[in-house]
Amino acid sequence: MNPYAALLISVALCGVVATLMLVMSWLLGPKRPTEVKLQIFETGNPPIGSLRGHRFPVKFYLVAILFVVFDIEVVFMYPWAVAYRGLGWFGLAEMAVFVGILAVGLAYVWRVGALDWD
Amino acid sequence: MILFWIVAIISVASALTVVLHRNPVYSALALVVALFQVAVVFVVMQAHLIALLQVIVYAGAIVVLFLFVIMLLSLEPDVPRPGRYGMRAGAITLAAFLGIELAAAALASQPSPDTLLPPDYGSTKQVAERLFTTHLLPFELTSVLLLAAVIGAVVLARRRA
Amino acid sequence: MDVIIVVAKALVALVICLQVTVLLLWVERKGSALIQDRVGANRANLFGGLLPFNLGIVNTFIADPVKLFHKEDIVPAEADQFLHWLAPWLAVFPLFLTFAVIPFGDVLVLGGREINLQAVELGGGLLFVLAMVSLGVYGVIVGGWASNSRYALLGGVRGSAQMVSYEVGMGLALVSVALTYGTLDLQTINREQGALMWGFLPAWGVFYQPIAFVLFFIAGMAESKRAPFDLPEAESELVAGFQTEYSGSKMSMFMMADFIEVAIVAALVTTLFFGGWQIPYLQRDGFHFPGGFGFAVPSLAVTVLQIVSFLVKLFVFCWFQILIRWSLPRLRYDQLMSLGWKRLLPVALANVVVTAVLVLALEGWTT
Repeated sequence: MNPYAALLISVALCGVVATLMLVMSWLLGPKRPTEVKLQIFETGNPPIGSLRGHRFPVKFYLVAILFVVFDIEVVFMYPWAVAYRGLGWFGLAEMAVFVGILAVGLAYVWRVGALDWD
Repeated sequence: MILFWIVAIISVASALTVVLHRNPVYSALALVVALFQVAVVFVVMQAHLIALLQVIVYAGAIVVLFLFVIMLLSLEPDVPRPGRYGMRAGAITLAAFLGIELAAAALASQPSPDTLLPPDYGSTKQVAERLFTTHLLPFELTSVLLLAAVIGAVVLARRRA
Repeated sequence: MDVIIVVAKALVALVICLQVTVLLLWVERKGSALIQDRVGANRANLFGGLLPFNLGIVNTFIADPVKLFHKEDIVPAEADQFLHWLAPWLAVFPLFLTFAVIPFGDVLVLGGREINLQAVELGGGLLFVLAMVSLGVYGVIVGGWASNSRYALLGGVRGSAQMVSYEVGMGLALVSVALTYGTLDLQTINREQGALMWGFLPAWGVFYQPIAFVLFFIAGMAESKRAPFDLPEAESELVAGFQTEYSGSKMSMFMMADFIEVAIVAALVTTLFFGGWQIPYLQRDGFHFPGGFGFAVPSLAVTVLQIVSFLVKLFVFCWFQILIRWSLPRLRYDQLMSLGWKRLLPVALANVVVTAVLVLALEGWTT
């Protein structure tokens, strides 16, 4: 059977089970909303200031960008790994160039200190 | 055929959500849905490896990046602004041109004859073999492109420091 | 008929996933109690004292989940309603799906049919697992954002930054596995580990890729935000991190996601590095010991034995993760990130290069 049809069946099954779990406490639990319960929990004190406009450290953005770049690198390596035996030493050289260039990038990021304090 | 229509409807609906919704986080999530539809289309076209890569890279990494940026900037949900009609008129005109062009291209193209695809088509091994032999230069250039992206991002992000 | 078989397999995979998760909750509680020299949860009774003894295991299996599901589902007024509902679903769904591609046995010969015991037989199984892990980040991000609470958002962003950093490491560790076996299909990788090295040593992945095993294990634990990498849910520091504003079954879903990931890491480690359902010297028709002798075993018994072996190995690695959790102190966030980017990533890259060189140099190194 087409594996993707099996995948679809699995997706449907997992989706249904996940949804069931999600609504269970909504179905089964009591519903007594009070003012205090609906507030956001900030160790007992009322939350100060709005969340919008709150500045976030830029290093998170850097981590995400680095992730995208290295994820793409990893993703290129998979087809290479599968076809590797057919590509021989030349294949190794190709990938070495690819990894080398990106390793330069990693080294730069490391030296500049973008990987610190995170 | 049914699958195509389902995918098409969901794609268009989610793409419209991306563009039209006020809350940017919803737009990003709708983008994920749209990207999944693209992955399904890839599977139908026998491009199995690309479908998986689409999910890993696009839906799994790039939209995460988008979400980080949205949260970083604490983007407010969009409010409709009065005025600015000039921009809107310009945008609609350009979009109309694009639409007409796409329609013309689609209608003018001939459906490709039903060739028998080799059994390995689109599989990881086959794509890999092509990628690393015939299309080696684009592959190596990609690494340079990624390097540029990394350095650019670091330079931009640390400008304030 | 085909459909029924697939549905049955998918159900089995899901059931394994759910049961292991529930069991892990109990094992975690009792195991941590064992390690910390205390008794652990052992009070559970019916109707306030019907039975004259306490049923500890009932506590975790039944009482705890039932209690959580019956809690009131509180959504803060300021929170984004739709996203608040969506986040736990997003956290759990990709993890359920990952189990669908993990082979839990070889083949089941039923009425002349050979049923491959893998719910979804994807040729690119390894990449599919990576894709599902990538999707797991969304539960954390959306969960943190949806609550519209400072603690939650901070926890969410930090958690997802952590997950994302170790995803690269995981991916790279698995590249060397793909290099070794030349395929991405989990069942094929599993089958190839049935071979024997030098005539007597089972060709398990860990012998070929010890470094990748260590890397993947560490990255997997960090990915599932499990101690010593559990800062996003640092129970004493950020309240409950991105899970702060969740109650009832939504919170239990986040907790479940934690345990399911433990099970997934364990399942992947067994499949890729420890032979999965392979029992050394056992093949489809019986045992073949290296000395030359062997005895036949009926194929149904072989299948059952192999499934049991898979589950046993799964538990061993789940237990190992629990052991590590309760033995090591928590890493600070910057230590965590620096481990991921500065140590794991270069080592994984080096491992890939070395593996590649070795594969070519010892042409025909694996089957």
